[in-house]
Amino acid sequence: METIIILHIILVFMIIGSLITVEIRNMLSAVISVGAVGFALSLAFLFLDAPDIAITQVIVEILSLVILIRATIKVDNVAIEKREHILSDRTALIFVGMILVFAWFAFQSLPTFGEPSMRVSQYYLMNGLREVGATNFVTSVILDYRAYDTLGEAMVLFTSISGAFVILRRWKKEQDKDFLRIDREH
Amino acid sequence: MTLYFLDFVLFAIGIYALVAKRHIVKKILGVAIMEYSVNLFLILIGFKKAGVAPILTKDMDLVTFIKTAVDPLPQALVLTSIVIGLGTLALMVSIAIRLYERYGTFDMHEINRLRG
Repeated sequence: METIIILHIILVFMIIGSLITVEIRNMLSAVISVGAVGFALSLAFLFLDAPDIAITQVIVEILSLVILIRATIKVDNVAIEKREHILSDRTALIFVGMILVFAWFAFQSLPTFGEPSMRVSQYYLMNGLREVGATNFVTSVILDYRAYDTLGEAMVLFTSISGAFVILRRWKKEQDKDFLRIDREH
Repeated sequence: MTLYFLDFVLFAIGIYALVAKRHIVKKILGVAIMEYSVNLFLILIGFKKAGVAPILTKDMDLVTFIKTAVDPLPQALVLTSIVIGLGTLALMVSIAIRLYERYGTFDMHEINRLRG
């Protein structure tokens, strides 16, 4: 029972942090507060009996904070002053509220919290030790039963990182232009 | 049930940031918040009351372990999803940096106006 109360507190903290992220004017503060939300998420994973994911979440959160700060620190992080047309903000709010209402009805058909239906996982838990030999069952699912999924993950990761490199690469013409500009300035 | 709902409120905040904000980095942060919420939702579904982590230790026999361990399948899939989230975030941020170099602003409407 105590775990559930702690989880409520962590989730409320995450909601407050993400509200600050959305509404604050300074972009650097927004990035820092999304980092706070991510570390709270790692804490929630720890309370939900998922230590592997908690460790991964901490590492990924640090890396993504570094990337996001790189995006915001060199440019002017002044917030955009001009307001959106007031109608479009309200329309977005109305639609988000409608999504929440429909989600409330959808939650009634989910299994109740704390009693998962473990039809597939029962097999993994019963036979994992004999067939794979790993005592950590998350590892045995990742690296043996669903190894093709992990292969696909590596492929997606490679594709996205090489895409980022291609986008950030400086072309030869642009470099020449940069040199010209520097010459003119001096 | 309230935990599911609070988690979905987090998702709704992410959607709001994605739809209603003009700053590109804020849109990216909205996507990141949505991703957090979905990962947490999958783990919440696999949680078992008074359960243990799916790691077999020496002082535990297999029968009670099968009865009390939480679901290992969503944990394995979320582990994949977290790492993929880092890759997509890097891609989005690099596109945003390129847009800033080209147009000199992060404002979405300004970029739409300057195009062409």
